[in-house]
Amino acid sequence: MARLNVNPTRMQLANLKRRLQTATRGHKLLKDKQDELMRQFIELIKKNKKLREEVEKELEEAFKDFLIASAVMSPEMLEEAVAYPKETIMLDIQKKNVMSVHVPVMSFKRKLESDDGSIFPYGFVETSSELDDAISRLYAIMPKLLELAEVEKACQLMADEIEKTRRRVNALEHRTIPDLEETIKYIRMKLDENERSTITRLMKVKDMINK
Amino acid sequence: MYKIAVIGDKNSVLAFKALGIDVFTVTDELETRKTVNTLAKNGYGIIFITEQIARLIPDTISRYDEKVTPAIILIPSNQGTLNIGMERINKNVEKAVGTNIL
Repeated sequence: MARLNVNPTRMQLANLKRRLQTATRGHKLLKDKQDELMRQFIELIKKNKKLREEVEKELEEAFKDFLIASAVMSPEMLEEAVAYPKETIMLDIQKKNVMSVHVPVMSFKRKLESDDGSIFPYGFVETSSELDDAISRLYAIMPKLLELAEVEKACQLMADEIEKTRRRVNALEHRTIPDLEETIKYIRMKLDENERSTITRLMKVKDMINK
Repeated sequence: MYKIAVIGDKNSVLAFKALGIDVFTVTDELETRKTVNTLAKNGYGIIFITEQIARLIPDTISRYDEKVTPAIILIPSNQGTLNIGMERINKNVEKAVGTNIL
């Protein structure tokens, strides 16, 4: 603990007291913010982990199917088959404020160009059934993948903010507030000491006059 | 309105094209970096990138971590997962909580 470098005067004492009050209030607020952020973060990160595990597993399956498809078909044919997608995905991102962290809220619009219900953008004559499998599997994963994107981004942003808040809370708790308290105590002592020395001096003078 | 993109090697990401997602195939580090940066500027909200490619450009990816958009999300490629995505989650937990509680 280091005492702040200030003059021990009444004015400084008042100043420091005010600062201590602000610091204590700020510390309490930040601590509350940190607790709430942490609670939400833990909820979110658990979801994130679960989602990622699922997505990774399912994606791997889809890739396997696609690999087989690309082995069966010629590469030109494959590229041609997927070149003109029937579906378009548009993404709308809104920001949500969670304890002063701006978290994206994503909503998706998936639109099929024609309404005949098939998701495959190619005819069935020249493509293999493995490709169908791969595409339909990917199609099914999409919502999860998009949700993962939203959750993972939110987690990243919140982790950053939690770290920042924690540093602030710690700085206030272990540095600013003890320093202020110690300095206030020092100034009080000094002022009291001055007062006592004035009184003794006066008594001494009075004694001398009386004699 | 934002768009969605996938970056990766051709064999892994070509299938995404059928779903209406923009696919960008890259091979080397420089190309990847350029692609990520241009996509981020041009209104892409989510960029999926395969772990094999993401491994080459960790600094570029971490630069976008602090921004709300784009969200750069790692996905496994057709050679399987390298667990980088999972590690990133664990790193987030460690950063926020101090220890890995999961």
